[in-house]
Amino acid sequence: MTKNNQDWPLWEVFIRSKQGLNHKHVGSLRAADSSMAIENARDVYTRRMEGISIWVIPSNLITASDPAEEESMFEPATSKVYRHPTFYDVPDGISHM
Amino acid sequence: MKNIDIKVLEEKFQKKIDQDIKIEPNDWMPDDYRITLIRQISQHAHSEVVGMLPEGNWITRAPNLRRKAVLLAKVQDEAGHGLYLYCAAETLGADREETIDDLHSGKAKYSSIFNYPTLTWADMGAIGWLVDGAAIMNQVPLCRCSYGPYARAMVRVCKEESFHQRQGFEIMTKLSNGSQEQKDMAQDALNRFWWPALMMFGPNDAESKHTAQSMNWKIKRHTNDELRQQFVDVTVPQAEILGLTIPDKDLKWNEKKKGYDFGKINWDEFWQVVGGNGPCNKERVDARRKAKEDGKWVIEAAMAFANKRSAKKSA
Repeated sequence: MTKNNQDWPLWEVFIRSKQGLNHKHVGSLRAADSSMAIENARDVYTRRMEGISIWVIPSNLITASDPAEEESMFEPATSKVYRHPTFYDVPDGISHM
Repeated sequence: MKNIDIKVLEEKFQKKIDQDIKIEPNDWMPDDYRITLIRQISQHAHSEVVGMLPEGNWITRAPNLRRKAVLLAKVQDEAGHGLYLYCAAETLGADREETIDDLHSGKAKYSSIFNYPTLTWADMGAIGWLVDGAAIMNQVPLCRCSYGPYARAMVRVCKEESFHQRQGFEIMTKLSNGSQEQKDMAQDALNRFWWPALMMFGPNDAESKHTAQSMNWKIKRHTNDELRQQFVDVTVPQAEILGLTIPDKDLKWNEKKKGYDFGKINWDEFWQVVGGNGPCNKERVDARRKAKEDGKWVIEAAMAFANKRSAKKSA
């Protein structure tokens, strides 16, 4: 079968496992619209109390960084070690810092 | 791309694999890695979906409400497992409908075990105990597979699968402690499913054409024969506890290898079943094809409804 507009679009599913935690990506599924996507996500991804809240978003709306540009994208973070507290010398005897 | 560039990329790729760095969907990967994974993941997905049929056969005839609820939950899990796996295949660029059409045309395979009929209620026990047991043995190492989405799907599957094996063993325990008739039924199911369960691990290592490359890519972590041996070693004592006899006169403990020696597998039967000539191949694929054709209007209606609703919203 070729791709046509009868195919249900792909959705990415995010679940909050409990109050106080972030929604986390758990997988994807196909559904005709957002309310069906939520229902399907409940049936597929929360059958064993894995979550208390669900987000769904059409997969084609996600913009992702390019893994091939990983170096230029994230290198500035690795070379700036002074952003971490362990970079600094603290004299002996100093506490609460 | 120039050959030299591909060689550099391939070396970088293999280095990542060797360092146990997972490969994610948008990362560069060799075409053969992608093709191998699409084949393996989609066949795995098909197995989950076709695997619902032999058990679905007993939902309406489960002996009581508890058993029925459990069996329904198990079959529902298998549908979910199929979905996780089709999604993982889609991250590699596979078209879901195309992979399903390959199943229906006979181009794609699925686990040969599901081409055996489920004749009695005891078969629900034997399938949970042996077939899910063998599947777990296959799937646990796949949680460490080099391809991220497949590995993550397998973590979910394995978590859910352990209840499947336990419910099967519970059925076998009940039957083998029951009346003579029930014991006979349990033994008969073991007799029929033992050898096909051993075949689930695939051909002997010497005959397995994909094993070496798959292990190099860390898609596979153990060979077919290693996993089969492990399965026999853990399952034989379980059969003893049930008071059932494994249908293999050559089965005996080998103190030297600290494992069981077992009889020769009937590979002719295996290849016949893989080739489409098992007892239920036609029935299984026909059922899948019918489900797709009969359900087509539901897919179309839902899409038409969604389109209409979004048109109304934007108007």
